[in-house]
Amino acid sequence: MSTAVLGKPRQPSRRMARLAPRTALLAGVALVLLALGWASTRGAYAITLPELWQVGLQAVGASDAAAEPPAQYLVFMNIRLPRLLMGVAAGAGLGLAGALMQGLFRNPLADPGLIGVSSGAALAAAVTIVLGAQWFPELPRTLGSWTLVAMAFAGGLAVTALIHALAQVGGTTRMGLMLLAGVAVNALAMSGLGFLNFISTDEQLRNLQMWLMGSLGGARWSAVALVSTVVAAAVAAGLALARPLNAIALGEAQAVLMGVPVERTKRLAVLVTALAVGAVTAATGIIGFIGLVAPHWVRLVAGPDHRVVVPGSALLGAALVVAADAVARTAVQPAELPLGVLTACIGVPLFLAMLRQFRGKV
Amino acid sequence: MSSDQVLECDQVAVGLPGLPLLATVHAQLQARRVTAILGPNGAGKSTLLSMLSGQRTPRAGQVLMAGQPVHRLPVPELARQRAVLAQDTTVAFDFTVQEVVEMGRYPHRHAPSPHEARIVRDAMQATGVVHLAGQSVNTLSGGERARTHLARALAQVWEPCPDGAARWLLLDEPTAALDLAHQHHAMALVRRWAVEQGVGVVAVLHDLNLALRYADDVLLLAGQHGVAGPVDAVLTPDTVARVWQVQCTAVRSADGVRQLLMTADALVPAG
Repeated sequence: MSTAVLGKPRQPSRRMARLAPRTALLAGVALVLLALGWASTRGAYAITLPELWQVGLQAVGASDAAAEPPAQYLVFMNIRLPRLLMGVAAGAGLGLAGALMQGLFRNPLADPGLIGVSSGAALAAAVTIVLGAQWFPELPRTLGSWTLVAMAFAGGLAVTALIHALAQVGGTTRMGLMLLAGVAVNALAMSGLGFLNFISTDEQLRNLQMWLMGSLGGARWSAVALVSTVVAAAVAAGLALARPLNAIALGEAQAVLMGVPVERTKRLAVLVTALAVGAVTAATGIIGFIGLVAPHWVRLVAGPDHRVVVPGSALLGAALVVAADAVARTAVQPAELPLGVLTACIGVPLFLAMLRQFRGKV
Repeated sequence: MSSDQVLECDQVAVGLPGLPLLATVHAQLQARRVTAILGPNGAGKSTLLSMLSGQRTPRAGQVLMAGQPVHRLPVPELARQRAVLAQDTTVAFDFTVQEVVEMGRYPHRHAPSPHEARIVRDAMQATGVVHLAGQSVNTLSGGERARTHLARALAQVWEPCPDGAARWLLLDEPTAALDLAHQHHAMALVRRWAVEQGVGVVAVLHDLNLALRYADDVLLLAGQHGVAGPVDAVLTPDTVARVWQVQCTAVRSADGVRQLLMTADALVPAG
C-alpha cells in the first residue's frame, strides 16, 4: 500500500486525556455496586452490613438459621431489594435513552423527553387519574393495579409515534422536523396536563403530582421483572446501534456514503428509546435529568465513542438513580422526598463541577 | 476495457429537484485514471459527484458502476467499492483523528481485513495526520481536517474488492482547504492510487493547473452538455476563455507539463 508521507509533524500531539473503554466500563460497574451496597443499608429500617450478610446467606439457602425469617430479611427481600433493582433498571433505561438521543440528534443537549415519551406518559397518567373513573370505569377490572402503568406506557408510545409520523418526508425521518414536532407536541401535552390539573379534585391533584415527581416507592417484584426485561433488551439493541451512531456523528449523508443503514438506525433508536423510557416512566413516574447528564459525563471521561457511551450511560444512570433514591428514602424520615426532585438536586451540582473541570473540552 | 473498470454516465441529467436542469452528461470515467470535474460555480459539479456516488438519483438517465445503476445498489455494497470526500464534514462530539479514520472501516466490519489497525495507521500516514492521531478533529485547522477525512476515505477502500471490481475515490474539492504543498501532495497521492492500484479517481477541482498536472481526463461542465476528454485536448486557452471568460496562454513548465498562465488583464471583454 502507499506509504508516502504528507507534511511534517507541526506540533507535538495534544492527546485527549481519556479513560480506556474497558477501564471506564469497569469503573461504571464498580459505581453501580458501590451505590447498591450503600443503598442496601439505608432506609427507614436500618440494616447493618453484617445483617445484610446474614440476609444474603439466608436468601441463597446457605444459612441454617431459624425457621422464621428475621424482620430484616423480610424488609430487605420484599421491600428494599425490588426497589434497588427498580432503581438499576430505571437509571439504566434513562441513561441509555439519553445516549441514543444525543447520538441521533448529534447534539449533547438532546434528552429522551424530546421525542415525547415522558409527556405522553404524563398525559395518559393524568387522564387515568382524573378522568379514568368517568371515561373507562371498567378498565381497572381487567388491568387491576396495572391500569395506571399500562395507560402511561401506551400514552408514551402513542405520542412518540405521532411525533415520529410528523417527521416523515418521502420515506425518511427528518431529525430537524422531529425536533420541532417534538417541541410542539410536548407543549400540547403539557397544556392538556394543565387542563386536567385544573379540573381535578384535591385528592386527584395530589396523586397526579406525586406521580409526576417520580418515585421508586411501591416497586413490586412483578414490575421489576417487567421493566428490567424491557431495559435489558433496550441495552442490547442500543449496543448494536453504537457503531452506526458513531458514523452518524459525521452527518447522516456521510454515514450513508460509508454504508450505514441510517434510516433503520433512526427508526430503531427512536423505538428503543420509546420502549425503555416508556416502561421506566410508566412504572416510576418522571425521573428527570438522568438521560441528559449521564451520557455527557461518560463522554467527558471516556470520549464520544458510542461503544462506551451507550453502556457507560446505562451504568452511570443506574448508579445515580440508586444513590438518589437512597437519599430520597432517608433524608426527611419518616416522609419521603420525590425522586425526580432529588435527581436534579444531586446531579446538577456534580454536573456543573465536572463542566468547570473540563471546560476546555466541552 | 471491461465494464467493471468503468463508471458510466448514461445521459445523466444534472440538477436539483425543482430547479432548472444544469447539464446532461454522457461519458465513461475510467478506473486507473484521474478524472477532473471542472466548470464554473453553479455548473453542477458537486451535484454530478453526488449522482456518481449514488447519494442522489439523476433527474433522468443513470450512473452505472460495474454495469449496475448506483442508486439501486445496496448501501453497504456500494460503500466497499467507492469512498467519498465531501466538501465540508462537521463532526459532532470530540472524536479524535484516529477514531474518525477508523470509521472509514465501517463497511468492512463483517469481514475485517487482518490488518485493520495498520490500515488506519497507514492511511493517517499517507495524508500526514498521524502526529494528530489522538487529537480531537474539532481542534484542527481546515486543512488538517480535510486531510483527516481524506485518510478516512482512503481507509474505506484501502484493499482491493474480492471480486476484482474497480474501487473509486470521489473527491469534492479535495484541495480547497490545503496549502500549496499539501495540494500537490494530495493530488500526487491519489494519482499514485490510480496508477499503482487501479483505483478510479474522480475529483472536482477549481485549479486548472492542478488538473493539467495530475488529471488524465477532464469532464467539463459548462452549458447544456458536459464535455469529456483527455485533459490536454479539452483545457485549451480557447475553452478557458469561452467557459470562464478568462484569457490565458499555454506554457510548458520546466518538467514539461503544460500549464496555463492567466494574463494580467484576464477578463475577456464582454461580447
